Amino acid sequence: MEKFTTLDAIAAPLLRINVDTDAIIPSREMKRVSKLGLSEGLFAGWRYTAPGSREENPDFILNQPPFRDAKILLSGQNFGCGSSREHAVWALAEWGIRCIIAPSFGAIFQGNCVRNGILPVVFDETLVDSLASQVRADPANNLIKVDLVRRIVTAPDGQEHGFEISDGDREMLLEGLDAIALTLRHKQEIQAFRDADRGRRPWVYLD
Amino acid sequence: MGRSIIEKIWDQHVVRQQPDGSVLLWIDRVFLHERTGSIALKGLEAAGRAVTHPEQVFCTMDHIVDTLPGRGDETRMPGGREFITTTRAAAKAAGIRLFDLGSEQQGIVHVVSPEQGIALPGLTLVCPDSHTCTIGGLGALAWGIGSTEAEHAMATKTLVVRRPKLMRVHFKGKLRDGVYAKDMILHLINRYGAGGGAGHALEFTGEAVRQLPVEARLTLCNMAVEFGAWTGIVAPDELTFEYVRGRPFTPSGELWDAALAHWKTLASDDDARYDSEIEVDCSQLVPQVTWGTSPQHGTGIDGHVPDPSAETDANRRQSMERALEYMGLEPGRALAGLPVGAAFIGSCTNSRISDLREAARVLKGRKVADGVRAICVPGSTQVKKAAEAEGLDRVFTESGFEWRESGCSMCFYAGGESFGLEQRVVTSTNRNFENRQGPRTRSHLASPATVAASAVAGHITDVRTLEQADGER
Repeated sequence: MEKFTTLDAIAAPLLRINVDTDAIIPSREMKRVSKLGLSEGLFAGWRYTAPGSREENPDFILNQPPFRDAKILLSGQNFGCGSSREHAVWALAEWGIRCIIAPSFGAIFQGNCVRNGILPVVFDETLVDSLASQVRADPANNLIKVDLVRRIVTAPDGQEHGFEISDGDREMLLEGLDAIALTLRHKQEIQAFRDADRGRRPWVYLD
Repeated sequence: MGRSIIEKIWDQHVVRQQPDGSVLLWIDRVFLHERTGSIALKGLEAAGRAVTHPEQVFCTMDHIVDTLPGRGDETRMPGGREFITTTRAAAKAAGIRLFDLGSEQQGIVHVVSPEQGIALPGLTLVCPDSHTCTIGGLGALAWGIGSTEAEHAMATKTLVVRRPKLMRVHFKGKLRDGVYAKDMILHLINRYGAGGGAGHALEFTGEAVRQLPVEARLTLCNMAVEFGAWTGIVAPDELTFEYVRGRPFTPSGELWDAALAHWKTLASDDDARYDSEIEVDCSQLVPQVTWGTSPQHGTGIDGHVPDPSAETDANRRQSMERALEYMGLEPGRALAGLPVGAAFIGSCTNSRISDLREAARVLKGRKVADGVRAICVPGSTQVKKAAEAEGLDRVFTESGFEWRESGCSMCFYAGGESFGLEQRVVTSTNRNFENRQGPRTRSHLASPATVAASAVAGHITDVRTLEQADGER
């Protein structure tokens, strides 16, 4: 997993509420049993003029010049709701998105982000709107800075805004760690739990 | 201090408290399907990791498989064959049970796991599928995860999770005829928004919930994720125990007695505390239907399309305007009477035998309106067989419905079958997102009875007036 420490990047405002994972990547774009090659289908229903077509819709923000290079998305509440498909995160990451700032996230999506090097930042709607209007004034120069070490986002106007993230998620992103390897450090505790639980709830075990 | 059912199950599964406040939680069952499970199994294999307890892991084929008679590994969805064959090979290599095409146990994952007794009260169960919360209807703690987390669950038997906030959703009063669990959950989401349950695990309580049969409780919990919740649960009771008894993977003999004694301790204590509480009166609830592109865009069957200009919040107003444009609707239009081109009964929300019985009750002796394409997809091979034994298949086909093999089918469009451009569909599924059931397809979510009544009328219809009209004839 790609490490995340700091970012200084163009942000694209996509201020819709309830952006679901079907919109982020439609099921029809998940054509292979693979985590790769998904960015072409990113936001396909909005990004292209017709279903199945690859002709770009010029009105869609990620098709507009400075925002093509955006590494940050600004969006509305409940971003990533709906289907658990991790393909949504794989598509965003492959396209180049490293950070999403929104008032709230779908729970499964949020978990998928930190496992794939994308930082989800929760800010209230007023702050997200304010960041969006600052960015829109001059997208290529009004960059947003994200510092995961300090847990700070710096707006184009220089104001700093702290955000919350658990120590575990932060460490995973900072170090690019594999969660399975971390958990397997506690293998003995897991085995001990199993042995004790088997005594308490024998009907649960099918071997 | 008393504890809620969620806290009890949680506490019983904590392997380890982590320094950052998360816990390592023991996972009793993992279920996979060929859409997202295939990639999890492949990921484990690529990392050189094994499934540590394969006997606790199950897999079914539901998302990609065709539902037309005579189906095989070839699918109408482009590239579908790879998902099916990869899943089959990976399941075999990992030594997990697969309910493959042609198996008597094949079906939609959240229909199969309760039906087979794989899901039980008090268990933790995860699946890389957002509707895993369905299983909360049995009194299990079950939630949807990503594929990478599924790898974690299979490799370590645990997941790293943070304790959710608890919300009690109390449905008081009794449901009237023609009103179902689907209407309860659609109403809740409409009233409090698609993010109304964000960050919470929901416990559904109250008279209306207690009176729901177990299959209806599965429907209620199914759409907890559409409310933004981490999961939902209904504490198990005698109805649950009766439902669970005697199923293929349900414990028997002494193990049954021990399990039953344990399950009876799970209900929330009277003095359990919740971070928030919502009360909904079901006594006046009417059938619900959605008008827009989010499950929160809903109304009673006697309602109208709302006017975005009355919405003061700019983001919400734009969302409504976009939805109306997508749906081809004008503000103020009555939902009842809106012509539909298609009707769909199926999905993990509403495809169980009780759903098919309710729809068949409406369809018996009636015909689907001219020009309406109507499809029924049983939730599992077992549901299909049971329905055929009761003669329900004939009720569906004689009315003009297609009768299919089990699977997720047209709940979502994966490049294969769809209802068509700008086709208006009344559907018993859970998501009315843009393009969900096909490019520019317009989905209206409702209960199976409302779908059946609307198919017959050719327009969105209150099932109660359809039956009333018959009474007057």
